[in-house]
Amino acid sequence: MKAALENLEREALSEIGKAADKDEFLAIRTRYLGRKGLLTGLLRKLKEVPPDERPLLGNLSNRIKERIAGAIDAALEEWETRSRTDRLQQDALDVTLPGRTVQYGTLHPITQTTAEICSIFAKLGFSVVEGPEVELDYYNFEALNIPKDHPARDMQDTFYIAGDTVLRTHTSPVQVRTMEQQRPPVRILSPGKVYRPDSDVSHTPMFHQVEGLMVDRNVTFADLKGVLQYFLHYMFGADRPLRFRPSFFPFTEPSAEVDIQCVMCGGRGCRVCGHSGWIEILGCGMVDPAVYSNVQYDPEEFSGFAFGLGVERIAMLTLGISDIRLFFENDRRFLAQF
Amino acid sequence: MLVSLKWLRDYVDCSLPPEEIAEKLTMAGLEVESVSPAGPDFSGVVVARIESVNPHPNADRLSLCEVTTGDKGYRVVCGAQNIGAGDVVPLARVGAVIPGGYTIRHSTIRGEASEGMLCSEEELGIGNDATGIMQLDRSLPLGEDLQRALDLEDVVLDVAVTPNRPDCLSMLGIAREVALLTGADLRYPDSSCDEAGEDIHGTTSVEIQSPRLCPRYTARLVRNVHVGSSPSWMRVRLEAVGLRSINNVVDVTNFVMMEYGQPLHAFDFSFLEEGRIVVRGASEGEEFQSLDEKVHTLAKDTLMICDGIKPVAIAGIMGGLNSEVRDATDTILLESAYFNPTSIRKAARTMGMSTDAAFRFERGVDPGGVIPALNRAARLMAELSGGSVAKGHIDEYPREIVPPAAITLRIKKAEEILGLSLDASRIQQVLRHLEMTVHDEGDGILRVTPPTFRGDVTREIDLVEEIARIEGYDTIPVTLPPLAPPSAEDDDRDEQIDSVIKNALTGLGYMEVIHYSFTSPESSRLLGFPESHESWKFVTIENPLTEDTSVMRTNLVYGLLGSMRRNMNAGNSDLKFFEAGKIFIRTETGKLPRETKRIAGLLTGARFERSWRFQEETSDFYDMKGCLETLFEALSIEAVRFDPDPTVPFLHPGRSASVFFGNNRAGVVGEVHPDVLARMDLPQTAFVFELDQDALINAASLRRRFREIPRFPAVARDVAFLVDRNITADQLCSPILNAGEELLESVHVFDVYCGSSVPKDMKSLALRFTYRSPSKTLADNDVGDVHHRIVDEIIRASGAKVRGMD
Repeated sequence: MKAALENLEREALSEIGKAADKDEFLAIRTRYLGRKGLLTGLLRKLKEVPPDERPLLGNLSNRIKERIAGAIDAALEEWETRSRTDRLQQDALDVTLPGRTVQYGTLHPITQTTAEICSIFAKLGFSVVEGPEVELDYYNFEALNIPKDHPARDMQDTFYIAGDTVLRTHTSPVQVRTMEQQRPPVRILSPGKVYRPDSDVSHTPMFHQVEGLMVDRNVTFADLKGVLQYFLHYMFGADRPLRFRPSFFPFTEPSAEVDIQCVMCGGRGCRVCGHSGWIEILGCGMVDPAVYSNVQYDPEEFSGFAFGLGVERIAMLTLGISDIRLFFENDRRFLAQF
Repeated sequence: MLVSLKWLRDYVDCSLPPEEIAEKLTMAGLEVESVSPAGPDFSGVVVARIESVNPHPNADRLSLCEVTTGDKGYRVVCGAQNIGAGDVVPLARVGAVIPGGYTIRHSTIRGEASEGMLCSEEELGIGNDATGIMQLDRSLPLGEDLQRALDLEDVVLDVAVTPNRPDCLSMLGIAREVALLTGADLRYPDSSCDEAGEDIHGTTSVEIQSPRLCPRYTARLVRNVHVGSSPSWMRVRLEAVGLRSINNVVDVTNFVMMEYGQPLHAFDFSFLEEGRIVVRGASEGEEFQSLDEKVHTLAKDTLMICDGIKPVAIAGIMGGLNSEVRDATDTILLESAYFNPTSIRKAARTMGMSTDAAFRFERGVDPGGVIPALNRAARLMAELSGGSVAKGHIDEYPREIVPPAAITLRIKKAEEILGLSLDASRIQQVLRHLEMTVHDEGDGILRVTPPTFRGDVTREIDLVEEIARIEGYDTIPVTLPPLAPPSAEDDDRDEQIDSVIKNALTGLGYMEVIHYSFTSPESSRLLGFPESHESWKFVTIENPLTEDTSVMRTNLVYGLLGSMRRNMNAGNSDLKFFEAGKIFIRTETGKLPRETKRIAGLLTGARFERSWRFQEETSDFYDMKGCLETLFEALSIEAVRFDPDPTVPFLHPGRSASVFFGNNRAGVVGEVHPDVLARMDLPQTAFVFELDQDALINAASLRRRFREIPRFPAVARDVAFLVDRNITADQLCSPILNAGEELLESVHVFDVYCGSSVPKDMKSLALRFTYRSPSKTLADNDVGDVHHRIVDEIIRASGAKVRGMD
């Protein structure tokens, strides 16, 4: 009897060792440990054993039963772990395939550049004001000290709408409109579209300007230099050399053009800067007393400065674009780059 | 203006390199745009002497010349007749390059070898004499490079003279600045004349009938001139600054104009009828042929220089063919005048004649320079043409040209404007250098009288600018004005909303585009607008660059469709674009048009970027509408309605909607009308929207309010309704949403079906009703009553049937 029990355990453990999947483990359990199983069958023969041997054999058979059951459980658990791992292996993805992206849109480089310019001046307290693009001759020219039939009109070729309306050639009319409405202190920026009949690699008949105006007590040319230096250093780097040189605008006096050292060649001279090492970046000056008289400001009490810069020009320099017309062709391959 | 440095050095001793002169001028407000070498375009040409001239054995018209450069002899075949032994001539040796890029080579001409070429003036680009070989001064060193021997090498500065500085439209004006900036002395040219013969007053007279337009007219007579070519020194100077040499009379007028900035004119006196000059306005429709042989029909009152009978020049602009100086001209009447700048400008513009003379007159010539220029020109003319200057000059000066008045300059004021401390004596020195008269009145006050050539200096501020300009802007310190933040009351809500809109649209994958604000007047027809529509109320540009850009746009959609076509031509057919900009509508009242800001978008092609992971799907109306719904959500705009609108001309009548915020129509959205696609040559359909930006701004709310998160669960009930195909989802749902059932939280469409299991002309709309109570978890029977009431109401209101419940 004892030998039979031990033999049965050996066979059971051997079968467990050979079994491959869950069904086989369950079948082994049923065959050996089930109600009609082999172990139960052996135990029925326990009656035929002398009574004094029964406790020992009963004890032995219980231990064998536990060992077989334990071995099956362990094998099952191991099998499950293994098969879960196998399943995950089979679910593997090619993680190198491209992900499912959402294509982000873009703001036009002119919008981005305008926003950047305005945000720098905003730090100095300038706020944005807008005005009409079809403008009265008065605001575009006369109030800015550019009388009719004055050669200064040649500085800005003009699209005419009717006798006394034009497409604004600069955003300066907004300054006059603002000063008509508001007493100093004034610190404004007027960004927007302007128009001049000109079309080639460096001119488009519509382009964008940001103009600024500051009027208050005791505003000096030195302040003008400070404000523009702050802006240009912010925009083009704090170590970028710049120079102010005298120029002429009918609405400012003294007037200046501001050059920055060429961003392409670092001042050595190249095609972009016409081999001068400098790039003209903006025009500016102290507001001419003639302009004040048109808006009833007293030039003895107030002084101030104005400046104007071309957004396309700055965008071309910062983004490395050589043909201004690209801005308005709206080619998706161009727009997607910014 | 082109400035020849060689010419400039006639008036100022300046040995600085050209780049340094350019730098100094630029930093003083006379921007030098380029510095370029000038002089005739040849090299390798040397001075040679002809040793002998013999006939060519095989050609009658050619000769064989032996020439020497001093150390070497050359044999040259030549066709010119004006040469003989002993002549000193230009020799282009083998390897020399002459104008036009021709390189001289060894050649054999009719069997005779030729080792170079003897050149005419014209062949070297020095002059226009092509009749024979150029004869050089016999004292020139043989073998010397001709450029050096004739002092032809030069450097030309291109100076951008601003409109306020007509005084710098002359060599003397620039020389004056260079002298001031370098400390060199300025030399005025000799303008004294030796007069001879009968006094001018005995021969001719000048009458000014329009003193306002011509305040001053001066004249001289030069008799017995021999018209011929000008000497080399004058020709190279004129040509260096871009003027063509014509003859020794006309060249003098151009030369002195460039020298003094005073335009002059020379008349052949024999063609002046009645031998006199009358300055008067033209009669209406009078015809006149100018020197350039163009015939002008004159407008009334165009100021003309006339003789006793007829016009002979357009005052201040161009002379007439009828009194032109010719080879046979004997007596010259030389004009030097001052014309009203504004009237010259008007006339020059009206006639489309922007001549060098008009350019200077319209900016204002130096009233004090009229006589010196007259004398200088008379002197040069006599000198070059062998003529003699008649005694005296005419100076008709009926109206005084107001001399510059004295200006009070407060040094303190100058300091306040510039932010710079100034030294009073230094300022006086600068102003005197500028040829201004300065009186020190004490207490930091100066009385300053500018010279006659500085008509631009009339006010204190003009003097401040001069001081800053000469001292150098780099001497002005750099300061920042005191901090001044914008007022907290400033409203930048519009800007904030603008950025929310742009962020939302770019987040949705839309790219911003910018189109020109002008467009074609065809745009409204192509979009199908009836002519009564305001889209036809174009603001028209009088002087457009092209017909396609001759009116201001009245919508944004047209530009977007144009960009769609261009991009498709370039192979990009999947596009999401938007534009924010103004449209312009002409108004009947008021001078300015109505300018309105719009936001528009375009969607065409694939819904997603083509990839292995997405099925290829084409965008449809609901993508475009969904874009707007997302935008409105970003702006917290509530009460949005999309009403079917078949009346938008450029949209598919069955696939377009008007967008309403409450009762305000904010714009339209839809599929582009197939007819518009066809007219605009667009090969695939597109979806567009165009909204009024103010409507968005008014409806938007930037600040959001917190709403309690529901604590109790919702209960959902789904019902599929069978309805007539024409019933819209809104029509089905709105009655119940308006009924105000408290427990009904939301209704949404989760399926739309019309197919085989649905009767023709019907569709199935499946709705999900969501119920929720703020105070408890709803039980089935709580929902049941409400739900039945709602479903019954829908059936009653729309005639719908509940699917599967027939």
